[in-house]
Amino acid sequence: MVWVSDIIQGILVGGLYALFACGLSLLFGVMKVVNLAHGDLAVVGAYIGIGVIAVTHMPFLWSIPVVCLLMAVLGYVLQRSLIQSALNRGELTTLIVTFGLSIVIENGLQQFFTANTRGIGVGSSLLTASFKLNSQIQIGWLPVIIFVAAVIVLLVLQYFLSASKYGRLIRAVADDREAALLSGVNARHVFGVAAAVAFATVGLAGVAYGMASTVTPFTGTQTILLFAFAAVVIGGLGSLWGTLLGGIVLGVAQEVGAQINISYEQLAGYVIFLAVLVLRPQGLTARRSQS
Amino acid sequence: MTTASSEPSVPASTPLLEVRDVTVHHGQLKAISDVSLQVSPGQVYAMIGANGAGKSTLMRTIAGLHSPTSGQILLDGNDVTRLRPERRATAGITMVPEGRRLFPSLTLEENLKVGASYARTGPWDIPAVMELFPFMKDRRKQKTAQLSGGEQQQVAIGRALVANPRLLLLDELSLGLAPVIVQRIYDVLPQILESGVTVLLVEQDVAQARRVASYLHCLLEGHTTLEGPPAEFTPEQVEAAYFGMGGTH
Amino acid sequence: MTITGESTLLPRVARRVTRSRRNVWWTGIVALVIVVVFAILPYQVYSGTTAILGQAFVILTLACMWNLLAGYAGLVSVGQQMFLGLGAYFVLIGAIHGIDPFVALPLAAIASGVAALPLWWLVSRLRTGYFAIGTWVLATAVALFVQQFQSIGGGSGMALPGLSSFGSTLLSAYTYWAGLVVTVLALGATYLLLRSRVGLVLTAIRDDEKAARSSGARVDLARMLVFVVAAVGCAAAGGVLAIQQLGVSPSSGGDFDVLWTAKMAFAVIIGGIGTIEGPIIGTIIYMVLQQTLQQYNEWYLIVLGVVAIAITLFARRGIWGLVDEHLGVRLFPVGYYLWPSGGRPVKKTAKQSG
Repeated sequence: MVWVSDIIQGILVGGLYALFACGLSLLFGVMKVVNLAHGDLAVVGAYIGIGVIAVTHMPFLWSIPVVCLLMAVLGYVLQRSLIQSALNRGELTTLIVTFGLSIVIENGLQQFFTANTRGIGVGSSLLTASFKLNSQIQIGWLPVIIFVAAVIVLLVLQYFLSASKYGRLIRAVADDREAALLSGVNARHVFGVAAAVAFATVGLAGVAYGMASTVTPFTGTQTILLFAFAAVVIGGLGSLWGTLLGGIVLGVAQEVGAQINISYEQLAGYVIFLAVLVLRPQGLTARRSQS
Repeated sequence: MTTASSEPSVPASTPLLEVRDVTVHHGQLKAISDVSLQVSPGQVYAMIGANGAGKSTLMRTIAGLHSPTSGQILLDGNDVTRLRPERRATAGITMVPEGRRLFPSLTLEENLKVGASYARTGPWDIPAVMELFPFMKDRRKQKTAQLSGGEQQQVAIGRALVANPRLLLLDELSLGLAPVIVQRIYDVLPQILESGVTVLLVEQDVAQARRVASYLHCLLEGHTTLEGPPAEFTPEQVEAAYFGMGGTH
Repeated sequence: MTITGESTLLPRVARRVTRSRRNVWWTGIVALVIVVVFAILPYQVYSGTTAILGQAFVILTLACMWNLLAGYAGLVSVGQQMFLGLGAYFVLIGAIHGIDPFVALPLAAIASGVAALPLWWLVSRLRTGYFAIGTWVLATAVALFVQQFQSIGGGSGMALPGLSSFGSTLLSAYTYWAGLVVTVLALGATYLLLRSRVGLVLTAIRDDEKAARSSGARVDLARMLVFVVAAVGCAAAGGVLAIQQLGVSPSSGGDFDVLWTAKMAFAVIIGGIGTIEGPIIGTIIYMVLQQTLQQYNEWYLIVLGVVAIAITLFARRGIWGLVDEHLGVRLFPVGYYLWPSGGRPVKKTAKQSG
């Protein structure tokens, strides 16, 4: 029965990974931006939350919309300046620029916040509160809330992309920028909006992570980035629900690995990622193969 | 077939589109050298010429995707040379690009909706376009990759039309399509013209161009070699301008 | 029917094709002199200086390798730290079994080259973005894997046995020379590789991969060769690093940290990606920044990162590219010169692709 509990834990952790990954699903899956700074952006979101709460002493729930708004603005500005310039010059340039951004962010955070671990206080009651599923399985409330939040964000994002005007425009610009320009679409603005949305979700994910766990300036690349990419790739590029599936697969794999040997926890995730990259790079849900 | 235009082919006093001494470079290669033209409202203005003559480059420059090295482009007398391509669409120039260039991850209807995102006011909306190309009504939810070449071309035209342009640029409509299909597509030209849209098209098939155009303009290696109403030229003269022959056979 | 008309596209035929503009021997002699000067430094300066130069050697070797991968083979690897770590650990394993660390160094490099083959198989079909992520994942997995074994230090690292038999002055000199030898070999190997047929294939790939393939160039083989060479080079640097630091440390900030890739990448990009001189310039700039900003903690990395981003966007060919454009100098000639009938040569090197 211990296994069932672990599977459930794994699924819930998958929700957190999916939350990290939805921004990436938009940036990487739709806009084809390989953003190596993605994990660090989540950490930036967490630090913004920490900073805002420290300065204004607002209840932690209020920090969420504040972080999302600030991150959205950051995303729009970064996309229209740095990232678009990089995209215009090719994939290699985008890789190098976002990698550089990652290092600058990490070391900048270290300069200003030191390397101490920090977290967002949610009150010890929420952190430890749990409910019993049956006599042997106990589930924490916070992981469940985060999982539900991930599902909601994915639903909203899915609707945004498939049914709204801007979602359509984002997909069009991602498909064929020139053809979109010919239809009167301001491609730079549209991609700016897409980045704003992606950054808002990654900020939310960062705040959630800061609540559930703690962050350091290097958590972005140590823990988050590769797992976010893993969720997107395993799930299949371009599919938001695939990202949830990918996150769940990752979370479950890690829990199972941890059960075999506690030090295998992270390794299991990477092995699964590598396996998918080598054997089925288009992921679990995609119909088109990776280009 | 008679020419599609109902207007005289003599340029009116204020041309809708004027291209003045435009030179365009591709890197170091001079693709267009000092080309000028004037398109009057209601015309069907056809650019003809061999591969590499510069026709598509000129179209793309008019649409705003290339910047001319020198020269001017005027729409209704206003200088639009430096206007970004997305602003030209709202100013009244839309283009059906070479190769259709539909959005593959969008459905037929969504492609049209994108075209309509920043549309001007006018007679063309999505229902009107679907009347023009009736096959669309049943296929609106299909991904465009599943359409045939001719159907894709019609969607591309619809997407450009739905923005209610004043000048519609058609780049190599017939590329990769069977002549029968091409003819059927060109058959809608009269309806488009009736709604007040002027057409500037690029066509490699000279016979097809002569059938539909009210004015021919031939390019060779970036230079103008012939221009005027098609009736003024014998097929031999057009051929000579097309291939740039000095008269030898 | 004939088509008449002038065509101005074909140049008049050149008469002679040579490798370099003028006699390149003088560059070789200067290089030799420089190496000799560096070699006798331990007799002239304090060990503090040789230690700093030792760090520079490591960075320069790594930069050369990353330049080969990214600047010539088009492989942006964010996982080179795995070979740095492997090199360090293979030296450790050798030392544990009684092999002199300086002897273990070349063996470690070769072992890493062999290890690179199955690793290449895993990532070879991945393109650009996927390749970057894939190498990063691979590096992290290798790092975690290595840390499973307590016999080589597990997660906390281990001191390198076999170094205490040297006196401290001698050790610092030997360490310095090991670094110098590795760097000279790395530079030399890079130069020779690029002058060879493989180099031609690489330049062709860089310009237009499809065209290169269709003209029969063995693109995949060339890429694999570069990957293995880079693995060997990075591993050699890793071995030197282990000797310099008297041990291995796998955790954050240690031998498997992605920061190493950042350092080598930034050095290459700032110096000039896709040129042999670039990594040298970049390493100099890196060391200057690191030494001057050292008391300000991580500022040198922030500055490096910002400069690298700026250069990638605005001066793609880096500092050396700017110099080359304005002065037309090449220290390591790998291009070809056409000598048209009676006149100055026209340099024909394939230009950097975007």
